[in-house]
Amino acid sequence: MKSKTSPPVAYRLAVTSRVLAAVVGGYLMASLAAVCLALWLPTSRADAVITGMMSSFVFYLLAVIWCFACRTAWRAWCGVMLPSAVFATLAGVGFWMART
Amino acid sequence: MKEGFRQAMAWLHTWAGLIFGWLLFAIFLTGTLSYFKDEITHWMQPEVQAHPLDDARSLAAAQAYLQQQAPTAARWFISLPDSREPGLSVMWQDRIDPGKRGNFVEKIIDPATSQPVQARESMGGDFFYRFHFQLQMPYPWGRWLSTIAAMVMCVALITGIITHKKIFKDFFTFRPRKGQRSWLDGHNAVGVLVLPFHLMITYSSLVIFMNMVMPAPITAAYGGDNRAFFNEVFPTTNNPPALGQPGALLPLLPLYEQAREQWGGGHVGRLVVNNPGDVNASVNVVRAGSDRVVHDFGSTVSFNGHTGELLRVSAEQSLPAAIGGSFYGLHMGHFAGPVLRWLYFICGLAGTAMIGTGLVIWLGKRQLKHAKTSVMPFELRLVEVLNIASMAGLMIAVAAFFWANRLLPVSFAERSSWEVESFFIAWGLSLLHAMLRRGRQAWVEQLSAGALLFVTIPLLNALTTSQHLGVSLAKGDWTMAGFDLTCCASGLFLTWAAWKMQHRVAPQARAARAQGLALKPEAR
Repeated sequence: MKSKTSPPVAYRLAVTSRVLAAVVGGYLMASLAAVCLALWLPTSRADAVITGMMSSFVFYLLAVIWCFACRTAWRAWCGVMLPSAVFATLAGVGFWMART
Repeated sequence: MKEGFRQAMAWLHTWAGLIFGWLLFAIFLTGTLSYFKDEITHWMQPEVQAHPLDDARSLAAAQAYLQQQAPTAARWFISLPDSREPGLSVMWQDRIDPGKRGNFVEKIIDPATSQPVQARESMGGDFFYRFHFQLQMPYPWGRWLSTIAAMVMCVALITGIITHKKIFKDFFTFRPRKGQRSWLDGHNAVGVLVLPFHLMITYSSLVIFMNMVMPAPITAAYGGDNRAFFNEVFPTTNNPPALGQPGALLPLLPLYEQAREQWGGGHVGRLVVNNPGDVNASVNVVRAGSDRVVHDFGSTVSFNGHTGELLRVSAEQSLPAAIGGSFYGLHMGHFAGPVLRWLYFICGLAGTAMIGTGLVIWLGKRQLKHAKTSVMPFELRLVEVLNIASMAGLMIAVAAFFWANRLLPVSFAERSSWEVESFFIAWGLSLLHAMLRRGRQAWVEQLSAGALLFVTIPLLNALTTSQHLGVSLAKGDWTMAGFDLTCCASGLFLTWAAWKMQHRVAPQARAARAQGLALKPEAR
């Protein structure tokens, strides 16, 4: 019963990798997107933070969907980490501008 | 996972739904019960009598009682009775050294006599409300787990919509008595029918705890000083400190009336009096959440309690805060009148049913493959046991909670926590029972047990209190009567479910029959 239908190890590793990309990478991307909104929105500081927090879950959702829709686990990670890097850069610039 | 987009989403829907399904079922069912939190509390504390609402009398009674019992407290809280919650609740916090938090003491007062009501100790409907987001875990783990479950629910909903291609056409398709197909049709129907409710309730639960689960924007925008953010968003926490000179507190009623004028006749939910015996006493009059859909934590008028001077009227909310507030308000449904409240309840039940049918479908599909062998593989047996305990077992646990409320003696020590214990003991026993019995028998027996416990609740109420259906219906106490009748209806529903389960064609039998049909031509 066991070995007949169980998928190969490589498949299981790929699924695990996707789950990690979705859960951890997705949260990272959502957080960074929210930080960007909080720093860049032209409203008051508190309002920008609230808007950022409220919309972060949409980013998380999109990241999770991407991680399971794309063709390989590598693409899942790329699709999450590239936007994260962009958001991180934008947030860094915003943070630096707020400081000076 | 080389299939198309829709297949990938179906895979995600299946597995996310399975792993969090049992937890989500419990969260949805107890959350649905929370819409009638006050009504459940009324049933569980029948000693608290409903009086015609008279805020002036209630306020005077509360102030007299607190003046006598806790003149030196750091803070008083007075929650006025409303049409749903008959109890006048007062709470105070002892004063200790600055920087430390004193103990809270809470009493329910009879507005007519300004004496505490001798009500049995019980958490009432608050238990379900607390459980549905704290999951009986220490702070903050339960809140985290329930918010994670909400995020999974969000993913399951969206992937479910993507998977479900002919969303409107299929909605009108229901094929009863077709086994697996009927379960799927039912799952789709309850899913699509109240889809706006599902989306609202799931996203709003994320918004409610966003300060906790998504703190990065606060830290980034406020340079690590998160406190500054909360002071800006919730300004009511900024109260003047005590001066240390004794001063008499004014009657609260004029302040209450002045606050209502500020809101154009809006209702008062509660009053908070800081440093009641001091010249610098402050009175915060907080607006009732039931006034508007958009919830505003800070909707407050503040006075100096000694001179009566108006200190502050909270500003209108900004647009993002109002959006957040409407998510909160829509989730809680404080604004809902009786009809809308029932609609909320029904939508909640539909959500619970959607999760339940999903779990049944997962197992049913896989059971078919193993119909020929008599032994189920371990993972399927595990899912089956968890399905039974998390659905039928939870019904028994809820009923056990109500039974414990009526059967535990009023003077029993720690009675309130024993009610909660009996909920979990009943749930644990149902898990044990599900492990020991075969699938279908376990379902039938547990559903029947739940049915029996629920159907007899009106009888139990009649035997243990003086407020049975005859009395409550005659008096027009619809809360008491509604509880009894709803329990009875739940019991009848469980009876039907047990009966269906008993007379269901087992997958084994059906598979055998199908096989028999397939073999016949060969035999010829």
